[in-house]
Amino acid sequence: MDFSIIAENFDIYIDGLKNTLFLVSISLAAGLIMAIPLAVLRTSAGKVVQAPIRAFVYFFRGTPLLVQMFLVYYGFGQFDVFKESIFWPFFKEAYFCALFTFSLNTCAYTTEIIRGAIETTPHGEIEAARAAGMSTFLMLRRIVLPSAFRRALPAYSNEIIFMLHGSALASVITIIDITGAARIVSSRYYSPYEAFLTAAAFYMVITFTIVFLIKRLEVHWYKHLQPPGST
Amino acid sequence: MKKLLVLISLCMFFVAAGSAMAKDWKKVRIGVEGAYPPFSYVEPSGELAGFDIDIAKALGKAMGTEITLVAQDWDGIIPALLAKKYDAIIASMSITEERKKKVAFTNKYYNTPAKFVCKKGAIDSFSREAIKGKSVGVQRATIHDKYLTDNYGKDVKVKRYGTQDEAYLDIVAGRIDMLLADSIALSDGFLKKDEGKDYQFIGPDLSDPKWFGNGAGIAIRKEDKDLAALFNKAIDTIRADGTYKAIQDKYFDFNVYGD
Repeated sequence: MDFSIIAENFDIYIDGLKNTLFLVSISLAAGLIMAIPLAVLRTSAGKVVQAPIRAFVYFFRGTPLLVQMFLVYYGFGQFDVFKESIFWPFFKEAYFCALFTFSLNTCAYTTEIIRGAIETTPHGEIEAARAAGMSTFLMLRRIVLPSAFRRALPAYSNEIIFMLHGSALASVITIIDITGAARIVSSRYYSPYEAFLTAAAFYMVITFTIVFLIKRLEVHWYKHLQPPGST
Repeated sequence: MKKLLVLISLCMFFVAAGSAMAKDWKKVRIGVEGAYPPFSYVEPSGELAGFDIDIAKALGKAMGTEITLVAQDWDGIIPALLAKKYDAIIASMSITEERKKKVAFTNKYYNTPAKFVCKKGAIDSFSREAIKGKSVGVQRATIHDKYLTDNYGKDVKVKRYGTQDEAYLDIVAGRIDMLLADSIALSDGFLKKDEGKDYQFIGPDLSDPKWFGNGAGIAIRKEDKDLAALFNKAIDTIRADGTYKAIQDKYFDFNVYGD
């Protein structure tokens, strides 16, 4: 056990940490923004609109993230037509491929989480909104979505953590994230134990930070559910 | 454990003492691998073939010795030598410090350099300046990774892959500009194939022993110093009389012996 090699190479881990946080936060934000309209359409639109959304969700939930990433990174590059298209400058970059795959992947899961939450909106809330004369959009904005987000939060916090852990796969396509940093240190000094233990510590700290922040959000969002005087 | 070690070393002592008694090496059994093309492989007919095999036969001839080839899996190839299943290993075994603790080596019989590969015409002449800022693909945790990181880590973007094949895919996709790997692996695995037709070797042969070891040698038991001397003489003989070059040209279009 020799942790001095970790101290000497700490800057590699810090770069890795930046890359991991960048990838995960952008992917989650993009995924969430896309997932909200998709989830609304999934619960309200007609079959023709629903079908492609269903197919999209089915594909991304039905295949491993690693396979999706290989498809995007190595698979797309196989076609000359694609390589000559305007999209290639983006897909040429490993970062973009990772962001693209991660965003769509988390979007598929988040769509399902929000759809489930919307579908379990109590009838009373909808009836009350209609009785108050709200338009569909206003009802969605003021009643259905805020109510659904509250129910979706516990499941979504899991999705955030899964995305963080899933992002370790980025190291397979040459991106130096936390795992990538660990692989470099491990192979350079033949000491996988120290290298990956350090990576594990990084992930744990991030995970606990996420859990803590979600906890704070829960306290804030579920205030109305607390017994009077308890907070 | 200690007793066992004492027992083993005692056995080895007696074995060593026994074999030290005059052996004329009229017959030499040689361990080969048979699963490392183009150096050593099995023909559809079941015959062993390859660079190592031809070298073994040529060395036998030069020594005036009858040789028998014994195919042995790689992971057991040194234990089987120590267990006297054969007397020498000719299996592209790199001469490394770890192995020297177990076996002795003859001089090298080939030493293939590492080389860079780039797209044809992408770089006029190789220099640190010319490759500055390029991305170079290597297989992770290889001697090539270490060499590149140690020597060019600040000048180029090092892209590390799990396998050599992934690096080939990415240079064809245009994500990386260059590759660094063993020249034979690059030549047989990439440049001679259809995907590699637009690419070429660039820059010098890289073979600094600090990173790349001392080439492949013939492994023998430590006590058989006389056999090592015979092999070394035979290597010199086939190098001198053109036999070596004839075998080399059969498999490769460049110098595999090194400098």
